[in-house]
Amino acid sequence: MTDTAEATATAPSSRRRASLGAGWVVASAVIAALVLAPVGALIWQAAQGSEGLWQHLAAYVLPHALGQTAMLMGGVGLLVVLIGTGTAWLVTAYDFPGRRVLEWALLLPLAVPTYIVAYAYLDLLHPLGPVQSLVRDLLGYDSPREFRLPDIRSMTGAILLLGLVLYPYVYLPTRAMFMTQAASLVEVSRTLGTSPRQIFWRVALPLARPAIAVGTSLALMETLNDIGASEFLGVRSLTISIYTTWVTRSDLPGAAQISLALILLVVALVSLERWARRRQQYTTGARRARRFRPQQLKGGRAAAALALGLMPVLLGFLVPALFLAVEAWKRFQFAGLSDRLLTEARNTFLLSAGATLAVLICGLVIAYAARVLPHRGMAVLGRIASLGYAMPGTVLGLGVLIVAANLDRLVDRTAQEWFGVSTGLILIGSGLALGYAYLARFLAISIGSIEAGFSRIPRSYDNAARTLGHGSGATLRRIHLPLSRTAIAAAGLLVFVDCMKELSATLMLRPLNFETLATHLYGEAARGTYEEAALAALAIVIVGVLPVILLARVRHDDPGA
Amino acid sequence: MTISTKTRLALCTATLALLGTSVAAQELNLYTSREPGLVEPLLAAFTEETGIKVNTVFLKDGMAERVASEGESSPADLLMAVDAGNLADLVDKGLTQPVESEVLTAAVPENLRDPGNQWFALSTRARVVYAAKDLELDSITYEQLADPAWKGKLCIRSGQHPYNTGLISAYLSHHGAEATEAWLNGMKANLARQAGGGDRDGAKDILGGICDIAVANSYYVGLMRSGKGGDEQRAWGDAIKVIQPTFEDGGTHVNISGAAVAKNAPNKDEAVKLLEFLVSDEAQKIYGSANYEHPVKPGADVDPIVASFGELNVDATPLTDIVKNRAEASALVDKVGFDN
Repeated sequence: MTDTAEATATAPSSRRRASLGAGWVVASAVIAALVLAPVGALIWQAAQGSEGLWQHLAAYVLPHALGQTAMLMGGVGLLVVLIGTGTAWLVTAYDFPGRRVLEWALLLPLAVPTYIVAYAYLDLLHPLGPVQSLVRDLLGYDSPREFRLPDIRSMTGAILLLGLVLYPYVYLPTRAMFMTQAASLVEVSRTLGTSPRQIFWRVALPLARPAIAVGTSLALMETLNDIGASEFLGVRSLTISIYTTWVTRSDLPGAAQISLALILLVVALVSLERWARRRQQYTTGARRARRFRPQQLKGGRAAAALALGLMPVLLGFLVPALFLAVEAWKRFQFAGLSDRLLTEARNTFLLSAGATLAVLICGLVIAYAARVLPHRGMAVLGRIASLGYAMPGTVLGLGVLIVAANLDRLVDRTAQEWFGVSTGLILIGSGLALGYAYLARFLAISIGSIEAGFSRIPRSYDNAARTLGHGSGATLRRIHLPLSRTAIAAAGLLVFVDCMKELSATLMLRPLNFETLATHLYGEAARGTYEEAALAALAIVIVGVLPVILLARVRHDDPGA
Repeated sequence: MTISTKTRLALCTATLALLGTSVAAQELNLYTSREPGLVEPLLAAFTEETGIKVNTVFLKDGMAERVASEGESSPADLLMAVDAGNLADLVDKGLTQPVESEVLTAAVPENLRDPGNQWFALSTRARVVYAAKDLELDSITYEQLADPAWKGKLCIRSGQHPYNTGLISAYLSHHGAEATEAWLNGMKANLARQAGGGDRDGAKDILGGICDIAVANSYYVGLMRSGKGGDEQRAWGDAIKVIQPTFEDGGTHVNISGAAVAKNAPNKDEAVKLLEFLVSDEAQKIYGSANYEHPVKPGADVDPIVASFGELNVDATPLTDIVKNRAEASALVDKVGFDN
């Protein structure tokens, strides 16, 4: 997104630039190395060799798994772009009663992990569930043996469910782009008599393309890494193959090889998208972006707009959340409230908040370093630091485990040799290893959002600040942080919610006697008693809703966003 | 003054926590891939009896990798897992140590522990068939699951799940690779829905009219019938019956849950104490009452719900064979596209 030509032309001489950026570059390199270390551990694992694996995969697994993965990604991709972009345009371009609420309500599905949505819908739509029972009553059938609706456990079911939960990844950045970028251009188009439909297709949509691309790639990587929901809904994706190779056949090198192949695939896809829009420049030359003036809708059209916007909120959040609330209430009456739940909620909240802070700081450092020193190498560092998001949580967790455990052992051995004291496992024992895993996994989200935020700030601002004698730190503090506040808040929200929902790495790396809401829920779900964890599931949703509301407040305080 | 004392105390506690639990006596660290809900009643009884505190971490997959990476610094004392294959994996990776204990060797039959006493089974669970209560079916063999008579009527979870690869491994021991492949193809043709979900979904899907029979572990019915999950689940449990299938030339396939002492266990004595407690009459009874599993100790009390499934005629295939065949079983599942 950075435009090298413009920057080189206006930036100070290259020697001065290097000296100014050195600190940022070193910090970025350290962060990128941190993310790369688990990948390195994985490569080391993969190099141990796995005899005959690829022949087996090529003959029996890949044809089906690749097809399923492509279908799932294609379907979910289409759905999140449709819903995400459509709703973003709806709440930006039009005004109708309820729009203000809808603006943040559309983010709510983020709070519900995909595996919980899958459990909830499977129960709701099962032949024994309330929906089909009602349908049978209405049609006069007594037993599900006489009449049943199609099973939700299918590719279609998986695409619909994942799409309904993941569209906010597109909605969030696209809406921000529409509001800040498109406003003046849309007004010009209106003045020139362009129809609203044409404005959307010819002005707003092309302008929002980077945001749509970033959001879609995030949603697709979530899809790719999802094990819980896909497995539950019967989709045999590549990720499930990795899992089977590792767990059932105890072939860790083999699993590492498949994961690396998967990472290459993702990197190729992301690069292709970036390459496709390499010549486009997305910063507006205008001073401060103007706020979009929406078109007022009345009567039937307003009601239709509201209904349309409410659909994804209803299906992606309200229905599963209400179902959970009812189940949790039943559970509460049956078994009471366990005080463990409070501890777990606190653990979840503190862990996620701490990790989010670290992820934001590291994301800021990397995005800003690329700004201070717009060089190809910096872009590469940024891509490396984003690698973790392309890996399934379990695989990344394994990589972090190997790195953290080896560091721990080194410290322990050294302490024993020098002081005769055992330190135990400092990183794993304290939960820092878990924070490390979150950082490696979710840094991509924060880098992506913050870069997008920075790209809206004209370079002349940086240059003006520097000319007036501010160092790069002061420029960041006084120019970039305030102007990209919304983007940073959005990144924080996405990262926090993702940390809170994260299961695979959390399960593998947490210290003794430490449960989060997600691990508790999984502990019950794994033995097929997930209704016992309905309260925990509801708590995850509630803790996840808090930052959504918080973000909505930030945005309302901020007239520029 | 009070504040500084408090601060000092907090610092001490933090340091202790940082140093790991290895220095503290009368504690032990348990890594378990069995769900907390199943393990907690056992641990509570142990702590009450011995005063030894048990720190736990529930790990699903990656227990072996975690213990291996932590190496000689690992705080793990006891490793608890389901499926003989997972336990054998721990031994193969050199993560366990042998335990010489007369209590254990007396309580756990020879075929249910490692020949070198590296691991011990603590409970067994049978792979059974659930059937709709009104279905006229009193007995069935595993071989008959591939009978075309069941076309469109069979539910089962993923063929790659350890419960199923265990069963398929036993089938391999009985009939060889070719017959096993044909059997898997036959079962796949009989599936009422794609293989997937959990064992309990089998029961639910029978009630939902999706299938007539389902392959599942026996204890899920116990959990449902006990009413622990509420009245709705009791109804589900009561609406199906449990049939204990056998191989044509053998008995019912069972798998185990068990535990091993970690190679670098800082609290080995406590770990052995817990192991010994887990095969005591009291603990063996809890395995039945908390999770409706069969005890390993001959003569231990069987829970009434478990007993109602009938006499269990355990198949004679040695667990070591099942462990050996696991990779081949998993490859066959892929080959016939069982889960696709």
